[in-house]
Amino acid sequence: MPYDYRPFPYVAPPGLTAPEPRHKVVIVGAGPIGLALAIDLAQYGVASVVLDDNNVVSVGSRAICWSKRSLEILDRLGVGQRCVEKGVIWKVGRTLHREDEVWTFDLQPDPGHKMPAFVNLQQYYVEEYLVARALELSPLIDLRWKNKVMAVEVGGHAALTVETPDGTYRLEAEHVVACEGARSAVRGMLGLDFDGELFEERFLIADIEMTGDFPSERRFWFEPPFHAGQSALLHKQPDNIYRIDLQLGWDADPETEKTPERVIPRIEKAVGHKDFRLDWVSVYTFQCRRLAKFVHGPVMFCGDSAHVVSPFGARGGNGGLQDVDALGWRLAVVAKGADAGILQAYDRERQHGADENLLNSSRTTRFMSPAPGAERLFRDAVLALAGKAAFARPLVNSGRLSRPCVYPLAGPDDPALPVGARPGAVAPDAPLDNGWLIDRLGREVVVLAIGQLAPKVAGVKTVDLPVTPELQARYLGGAAQAVYLIRPDQIVAARWVTASPGAVNKAADDIWRGA
Amino acid sequence: MSLITTPNLRDPDAAYAALLATHKGLSEAEAHALNARLVLILMNHLGDGPEFAEALKLAREAAAA
Repeated sequence: MPYDYRPFPYVAPPGLTAPEPRHKVVIVGAGPIGLALAIDLAQYGVASVVLDDNNVVSVGSRAICWSKRSLEILDRLGVGQRCVEKGVIWKVGRTLHREDEVWTFDLQPDPGHKMPAFVNLQQYYVEEYLVARALELSPLIDLRWKNKVMAVEVGGHAALTVETPDGTYRLEAEHVVACEGARSAVRGMLGLDFDGELFEERFLIADIEMTGDFPSERRFWFEPPFHAGQSALLHKQPDNIYRIDLQLGWDADPETEKTPERVIPRIEKAVGHKDFRLDWVSVYTFQCRRLAKFVHGPVMFCGDSAHVVSPFGARGGNGGLQDVDALGWRLAVVAKGADAGILQAYDRERQHGADENLLNSSRTTRFMSPAPGAERLFRDAVLALAGKAAFARPLVNSGRLSRPCVYPLAGPDDPALPVGARPGAVAPDAPLDNGWLIDRLGREVVVLAIGQLAPKVAGVKTVDLPVTPELQARYLGGAAQAVYLIRPDQIVAARWVTASPGAVNKAADDIWRGA
Repeated sequence: MSLITTPNLRDPDAAYAALLATHKGLSEAEAHALNARLVLILMNHLGDGPEFAEALKLAREAAAA
């Protein structure tokens, strides 16, 4: 069934009739990233105004693969369960060359996590759920549809000129976060531009509705029999909607390729029949680029407004939610009066995350769309060998799927403890008697003690747990006990086999200093 | 261990002849494709330790001479 796009009501903002008091936080863009940030801030008790130039959720599926880490973040924001219940859970990815399978991956074979490795869910559903959650948090979140930012003045604070159907008004804010996607208007108004690579390749992307027994897998073809010399991706989504991405080549004209007369015959060849309905179609170009810095005085950039990647690793939407995760708790304390210096840690950490995403997606793009000459020669050599020799299969690159990066933190560490839970990594989930570890962590600084009682530190929550097989494997390794200090974004800040209250206290202070 | 750049073949002439024989009858494009496959096979055998980086460097620099 086609999605029912229901417009959200426009309400004339108060600033049209009288100057508004300066707001703490204004978020530009009510997509998944802007909404997630507003909810995160509201859960910390910080109010924000969210401006969007439109009044409807994303048209077309757009971001569809939500990673385990994104689901954990969305869960903390109150919509994770809805996304999992509605979404298509998948973990197997098959890569084919012509008609032969050359590489298959099975994500997260390791049980004992609250959230699955990935779900596929159209961006419009994620936005719908986030809007509903944001409305629950009203008046802390002031959602303003059909409010378009026309100008930004930056000084000690920021002043926005905002256009509405009833005229323009001025809005002042201590902090403005631009979350309006790859074509960010705020970025342009500040005269900022991306650095990086633009690849000479075009992809057609379409949602089709069809009934069928296609398994819940990701399928990627190099040189498929139905699309000579190119590549194709097929993904299942809820409501019998399938997402198809078809490589077109750089010469393709986007406007012509988007017409149903061109699209429908291609898809007929891809799915092998005519029994489908075209729901949405778009053409995109690969880019792997980012801003040099994400924090510019009172204006910050988050999600695609800060960095864009080619889509085959699902690193756009997921990378954006990790931005939110790194920004929300820090911006919340700054809005409550802390020194804004801690926001530099957001900038530093998410530049690191963006670079990892850019590196992975550039490599994928280079494999999928090799330049003529040596790139093409080696790409074809890998595909030719992959069917015959196991060693070549890990070289096949149809997308390295989003995983949270490990931040380069210098907090105390004990190398006797498992590498997967080192400082900078997301604290691994584990089943507990009465729920999940991930639900006991986050939103505030937590001392997690396993196999011992946590050192008591004023103002820091403690969680004491007995050793279980999962905690042993994920947190202790060969050790009998450990103390972990976990940040509000569920990132491990420091860890010890045994820790003094003084050491924990110092590491906790470092978290708030942006170390 | 570093990359072996001293003679390491029991029978250099025979090894060289085998390399040529493998390309016999191939067009230039087919020969390039075969060489690319061969490089990948040998790269995996060699591993991606420092010897691999040394081999890449030597191959690149030898052209300048």
